Amino acid sequence: MTRRSRRLVLIAVALAVIGAAGGIALYALRDNIVFFYSPSEVAEKAVEPGARLRVGGLVKAGSVVKSQDQNVAFVVTDGAHDLKVAYQGLLPDLFREGQGVVAEGVLAAPGELRAETILAKHDERYMPREVVDALKKQGRWQEGEASAK
Amino acid sequence: MIVEIGHFALVLALCAALAQTIVPSLGARLGDPVLMGVGQSAALTQLALVTIAFAALVNAHLTSDFSVLNVAENSHSAVPTIYKISGIWGNHEGSMLLWLLILAIFGGLVALFGRSLPRALRANALAVQGLIGVAFLLFILLTSNPFERLDPAPFEGRDLNPVLQDPGLAVHPPMLYLGYVGFSIVYSFAAAALIEGRIDAAWARFVRPFALVAWSLLTLGIAAGSFWAYYTLGWGGFWFWDPVENASLMPWLAGTAFVHSVAVMEKRDALKVWTIFLAILAFSFSLLGTFLVRSGVLTSVHAFANDPRRGVFILAILAFFILGSFALFAWRAPVLKQGGLFAPVSREGALVLNNLLLTTACATVFFGTLYPLALEELTGEKITVGAPFFNATCGLLLLAAASVMPIGFSLAWKRGDLLGVIQRLTAAIAAGAVAAGAGAAWLRGGSIVAAIMAGVAIFVIVGSLIEVVVRAWRPGLAPGLALRRAFGLPLSFWGAALAHFGVGLTLLGLAGVGFGAETITTLHKGAPVEVGPYSVTLDSIGDRVGPNYRETVAAMTVRSGATVVAMIEPARRQFAARQMATTQAGLATIHFGQIYVSIADPTPDGDVPARLYWKPLVTLIWFGGATMALGGALSLADRRLRFGVAARARAGAVVAAAE
Repeated sequence: MTRRSRRLVLIAVALAVIGAAGGIALYALRDNIVFFYSPSEVAEKAVEPGARLRVGGLVKAGSVVKSQDQNVAFVVTDGAHDLKVAYQGLLPDLFREGQGVVAEGVLAAPGELRAETILAKHDERYMPREVVDALKKQGRWQEGEASAK
Repeated sequence: MIVEIGHFALVLALCAALAQTIVPSLGARLGDPVLMGVGQSAALTQLALVTIAFAALVNAHLTSDFSVLNVAENSHSAVPTIYKISGIWGNHEGSMLLWLLILAIFGGLVALFGRSLPRALRANALAVQGLIGVAFLLFILLTSNPFERLDPAPFEGRDLNPVLQDPGLAVHPPMLYLGYVGFSIVYSFAAAALIEGRIDAAWARFVRPFALVAWSLLTLGIAAGSFWAYYTLGWGGFWFWDPVENASLMPWLAGTAFVHSVAVMEKRDALKVWTIFLAILAFSFSLLGTFLVRSGVLTSVHAFANDPRRGVFILAILAFFILGSFALFAWRAPVLKQGGLFAPVSREGALVLNNLLLTTACATVFFGTLYPLALEELTGEKITVGAPFFNATCGLLLLAAASVMPIGFSLAWKRGDLLGVIQRLTAAIAAGAVAAGAGAAWLRGGSIVAAIMAGVAIFVIVGSLIEVVVRAWRPGLAPGLALRRAFGLPLSFWGAALAHFGVGLTLLGLAGVGFGAETITTLHKGAPVEVGPYSVTLDSIGDRVGPNYRETVAAMTVRSGATVVAMIEPARRQFAARQMATTQAGLATIHFGQIYVSIADPTPDGDVPARLYWKPLVTLIWFGGATMALGGALSLADRRLRFGVAARARAGAVVAAAE
């Protein structure tokens, strides 16, 4: 083989690999993107049941109900709208009523999320940025609440 | 006083770094050996000064000097000594100082051991290294000064974040940084080669040990971080495709590609331009990782600094070094001479394929990590790209790379015999197929991904063993002689075989996840709960007091049938200083698998909500990582790679010619 045809083989293989990877990436992206919404956005956008999403807001005071086998139900609110969340598993160490939370899962019915992951504040100085943004959007954020160090 | 000395040393280090940047590059320009030689002394001076600064910060932390803001915010007088020290890099300012210290150490190594190098190359490389030092010294001094004082000083510190009070903090960040920053040397030499417009096998021989050190430590650092996350975060995951993890994976992938291509360059004088490109890429990803973690643009367990000024500053550093080096590359790379030829089916060809797969995998991670950030910036839409995306793209590509790895490793240089290699690997292929089949049968119609991974893993493991046997033994050779021959094989070969073996182990551990079991339940005292082939019984609940926490411990017994296999003590720790709780998982290692139990606070009637897992072969994930790193270290110990060998060989050749 000449230098030139060798180089052509190389380029062809490279293009094939990159093309295949690009194809897979786009395909995977179509199915696996998860949007982040506040409860108000879930209501406004009329998200179809079955969609995967992340929802951020505050755990509504007095809404946490724990039942058998670590099933938990609670309400995430941003002040304007509420969203029911059902979850099975251990809650994060810093999960509290009235505190910020991010729930990721599948919308089982309008206004009801079956969560697979629950994230809470990591410590008293840190809150998931998404929660901060969601609260800011609703004008319920007080600066310095989780001061940016 | 000592604190002020540290601060002052940093300012002086900036001067040294400036001298290290300007004088040697000027010397290389003018061809003046004296000016070029300034690079060495400047690099060593910078190292000494940064060491003084770091020691001053260590001292402040050890003596719990709460008049220093950094200590007051991240330490506590009751914290055990190990966390007083590791707490230094458990925060933004301290970790940047550690980053800088490592940068200076690597610069110092070049100054000390680079005697065999062409003068101009060393001068330019030290100048580039000095420039990186200048950028990060400015960053620390202007935005992240760890020596800032607090007046009045508080009586007690705010404590180190409890999540970080773990031996993992002592190991994971330093290793990771040694890896990240180790690639800076490779980068500096690539830039120097481009400036000179000349690159040869001697370049590769000098850079390769640095790349291997960086790569091995990065591998260890990632493995340690993964293990730490696994036992501390309480849901038994070891890799979350979290942006910060991706930030460390990207330089690893680019670095792995580099370690392979530089071998081609050293042995066959080929792939020069590509190797330079990878050298720049690996450190660019290290910088990108530093930016992602340190700027606070990400929501993550790791993001604890949110000062926008820092983000802009690091972004500027990032842009300067990445754009600058790629511009240099675009301008100068065509000057570099083309190297050796090879057929597509050959060791070189296989390494090109390896590089292609690794860099493409790296590109998918890059895309998946930054796409959400870009989209939010452009449209305000917030999305997450999660594990399924990365598994389908990066995971698939890496699996493909692993499955061709034994074949490439067995091919000859220049022109290989594919059919012969496949014959040689028949046993490995058969073993892999059997493993995949058995796995699929065991999973019975479940996801077969785990079975395929197990098959590839066995293929890789057996394949690397076969390669060792084939090299050492011919039919009819006495076993003793074969053993002697095996010991006589070059260490770089052993290193490669071991690293490949490690990849197989990690893959096998990952495959094991698919065969595990999980139970979420509430444990009642004395009532056994099944998890996989074992049962776990809650025996008692007790309280204990640690140095700076109280913990609730649930004692449990793990049984296989009626025999007791292990006792575990998962716990919940309450840290008073920050009013925070952490979960300590209860772990029992059985063969290479683990029983993993994490608990929530016990209910008033003495029941314990818990998550129980059986994770077969899970420890192989990290053993595999350690084996890979060990392979890198072995390769490093190869005589032919020692510093200065090239010069001595050259001197010898001159003497021989004269005779």
